[in-house]
Amino acid sequence: MTLPAPSTASTAVHRLRAEAREAANRCIQCGYCLPVCPTYHSMGKETHSPRGRINLVKAAADGKIDLLDDMAPSLDLCLGCRACETACPVGVPYGQILEAGRAATVRETAARGRSAGRLQTLALKHLFPHPGRLRAAGRLVEAAQRLRLDRLVFAFPPAREAAPALTALGRIVPSVEGRFRLPPGTRLPAEGEKKRTVAFFQGCVMDAVMPRINWLTVELLRKAGCEVVIPAGQTCCGALHVHQGLPEAAAELVKRNLDAFEETGAEWIVNNAGGCGAMLRECGHVLADAGGGWPERAAAFAARSRDISQVLVETGLPPLVKRPEGLVTLQESCHLRNVQKAAEAPVKLLRETAGDRFRALSGASDCCASGGIFNLLHFEESMAILDAKMASVRQTAAVTVVTSNPGCHLQMRLGIRRAGLEDRCRAVHLVEYLAECAGLTAER
Amino acid sequence: MDAETVRRLEEIFPKERLLFGKADRHSYSFDASFGEYLPEGVVQPETEEEISRLLRLANEHGIPICPRGAATSLSGGPLPVKGGLVLDMSRLRQKLEIDRENLLAVVSPGIITGDIHRAAEEAGLFYPPDPSSSLVSTIGGNLLENSSGPRGLKYGTTKEYVIGLRAVAPTGEIFRTGGKTVKNVTGYDLTRLIVGSEGTLAVVTEATLRLIPKPPARETLLAAFPKLIDSGHAITAMLTSGILPAAMEMMDNACVRAVEAYQSCGLPLDAEAVVIVEVDGHPAAVKEEIARCAEICRERGAQRVTVAADAAERDAIWRARKMISPAITRMGPTKISEDATVPRGRIPDMMEALVRIREKHRLNLVVFGHAGDGNLHPNIITDQRNREEMKRVEAAVEEIFDAAIALGGTLSGEHGIGLMKAPFMERELGPEGLRMMRLIKQAWDPNNILNPGKIFPEPGQTRLVLTES
Ligand SMILES: Cc1cc2nc3c(=O)[nH]c(=O)nc-3n(C[C@H](O)[C@H](O)[C@H](O)COP(=O)(O)OP(=O)(O)OC[C@H]3O[C@@H](n4cnc5c(N)ncnc54)[C@H](O)[C@@H]3O)c2cc1C
Ligand code: SF4
Ligand code: SF4
Repeated sequence: MTLPAPSTASTAVHRLRAEAREAANRCIQCGYCLPVCPTYHSMGKETHSPRGRINLVKAAADGKIDLLDDMAPSLDLCLGCRACETACPVGVPYGQILEAGRAATVRETAARGRSAGRLQTLALKHLFPHPGRLRAAGRLVEAAQRLRLDRLVFAFPPAREAAPALTALGRIVPSVEGRFRLPPGTRLPAEGEKKRTVAFFQGCVMDAVMPRINWLTVELLRKAGCEVVIPAGQTCCGALHVHQGLPEAAAELVKRNLDAFEETGAEWIVNNAGGCGAMLRECGHVLADAGGGWPERAAAFAARSRDISQVLVETGLPPLVKRPEGLVTLQESCHLRNVQKAAEAPVKLLRETAGDRFRALSGASDCCASGGIFNLLHFEESMAILDAKMASVRQTAAVTVVTSNPGCHLQMRLGIRRAGLEDRCRAVHLVEYLAECAGLTAER
Repeated sequence: MDAETVRRLEEIFPKERLLFGKADRHSYSFDASFGEYLPEGVVQPETEEEISRLLRLANEHGIPICPRGAATSLSGGPLPVKGGLVLDMSRLRQKLEIDRENLLAVVSPGIITGDIHRAAEEAGLFYPPDPSSSLVSTIGGNLLENSSGPRGLKYGTTKEYVIGLRAVAPTGEIFRTGGKTVKNVTGYDLTRLIVGSEGTLAVVTEATLRLIPKPPARETLLAAFPKLIDSGHAITAMLTSGILPAAMEMMDNACVRAVEAYQSCGLPLDAEAVVIVEVDGHPAAVKEEIARCAEICRERGAQRVTVAADAAERDAIWRARKMISPAITRMGPTKISEDATVPRGRIPDMMEALVRIREKHRLNLVVFGHAGDGNLHPNIITDQRNREEMKRVEAAVEEIFDAAIALGGTLSGEHGIGLMKAPFMERELGPEGLRMMRLIKQAWDPNNILNPGKIFPEPGQTRLVLTES
């Protein structure tokens, strides 16, 4: 029954009601989303299922349960993989409900004067939106790696507190190779006949921590006949902010990106991170009420945004010089599948390059539980899901596990390490893999 | 829940499988019907032993226990209407054994039905009951609701396939029924008594299912009828022609339009009814049978008859059928699904009755369903918030029940009685029929702790109430 929200309800509750109640009402509680939800599987409770979460948002919006004490913990443990949305027969917009729920949590936390008390708020406010600072952090990691200081850092008490997660992840962050960093504001010509002009979205984490993959992306695009523009002034896509309930912060970032990319006049805006790509596709959500022409601009931007795999399927791969050694498998990016609806593109490229050496991973579409920064915030829950996934990876006997999102990439590296498969198996980004097939050596 | 009871529960279950938090309680307060009742807590057993101990305790203290599978029930089956504890059966899923030699499957109740379909198929066998929720619902829920789907027409419902059970009585005793033989006349058939009992007589902890060889071939057709009534006559004609189709589904014009608007499947928008027929068996026989069915449809006024040429075309036909439910859900915020069922020969009469009811109450009433076995699904699309309309819905639903009963049919073909239909039990069974059922319930569950408030009407409860007054 729909109750009027109690008059004592806070503004956060009222806003949640306005933003999510109608959407949540579309859920017919059929449960078709249960079998695909990784947290329902691993935790075995309806409370951590999509149907359960939607119901909790409803209950909180109706004032039946407390926003922070009762609703928030369940949403907190959602990976945001959106597999539930793909499975839903009636098109419940789960992503929208989740975002509204998280934003309400942040507002209510502030209103009650509770401290968010989380390392993530810090990072989100002060690190991700500032390419300079993030790069500096990347350089720091790099220097630390060179000096083997990383071990020391994680032996340091404050870092130890943030704990097993950081230590584990610290061990698997790839070495940062700063010389590959792409200079912003450049235009790189296509190799051979120019087929298209595209703009490259660097992504904050990719740029800071995996610049080599970005560099290879651009080289692949050029070899495939694309002129590549790297607009200056671009910034973080805002996905992490939206996922952590900070839509206003995300809106500012989106505006900066719209300004930066519109100038390029590029046909497509290419990214190589499934999670960012999803945000670019949905960037209109955070500007829905912005007025001033922003929603229209966001829609046009979203329509031009493409994952690198989609672009390469469209343009055709550069000439292949090498077949991969050993078997190859793919762990899908949830956001590429469930939000960008482009799950077939990487599969197509892998089949084309690896032929019968490609082995489908059973449960490839199930989230690896990296979930933005889920693995940092909920280490144990994340590892339970990851370890189950690694059992499937082992079954494929693959020596190369391909991913197409930085979070998944790191998570699979961690999984390989935890499964003790390091001597037999490696995780690579799709771009690295394709670059090998195209004979692109990562030298500059 | 008082501290002493909690302490006793903690002797049986580890803390992480005893849920008392508000979020957890709310998460087990619903199913796929639209009732909502908050339990005092949730328990998640993993063994039969735990369930037995729990029921002893509950019986002693008078705590209502409501078994719950995947909570896809459309009749309120797992709802804790009297409070107490929800018994989450979804974690009992240790066993899924296929016994090829004896054509059997032995399964834990929390196993998803779709997994049984898959395992049987891998062994070259077939478990026919196919509720459309089979990818989500548990076999336990299927058993206790005696669920079925399109294949019910030829292969029968779940109860036809259950030959043995392990179960826990409401008083805590663990017992077995039936066995591994298809034939069994040793005493009362408790297996059949428990199947379809909606979790009110015993908690099922293991089931032995009968499997059959997989039919080697299938043929499928889709026929569009300009007149609804002609489709009814075609259905009856096919059923009396000596052919027993594996499935025979129909949808009315409103469903056709809804499906086409949702995800086009190429259905003719002007058809008043579309009928899907599938036959299975020997490859040569099915070719002949489907041709005969196509002929009958044409003779009875079908305008367009398409026989699927290959698997892809067959899948396309079935996709249209599967789309109905989601498609009509988009027509309005509240969907009341009924599944009143009539004898096969009365299908045309029931269709006419439904048209009359729709017009009389000016409702968005659409009809689809398993026409071959008389199990139609009249669905009313409405808005719970519109009180005036909900009153008309209540009246219409009552008239649907009355019409079905008057035609010699039943309140529910497969979704179960649960809550909403309880007030009408006496109309169908008569006071004595209902009393015989009550006597069984009282003998098995003297303290009325197992899923109380289901099937049997409360004293004086004789009407359907959908709105809070
Ligand atoms: C979209 C949709 C489509 C559907 N299609 C069909 C269909 O085609 N045909 C059909 O027949 N039904 C259908 N249903 C209804 C529903 O799926 C079935 O009734 C199903 O069998 C319920 O299974 P469940 O695991 O969800 O059980 P629940 O809904 O959790 O429980 C059902 C009943 O069984 C009892 N129960 C569950 N497990 C046990 C146990 N181990 N021991 C004792 N009692 C137990 C519960 O107390 C309750 O009374 C549909 C539902 C939805 C939402
Ligand atoms: S987004 Fe993923 S983890 Fe979250 S509810 Fe949906 S399926 Fe589950
Ligand atoms: S599949 Fe969609 S409608 Fe069904 S329970 Fe999940 S979110 Fe709700």
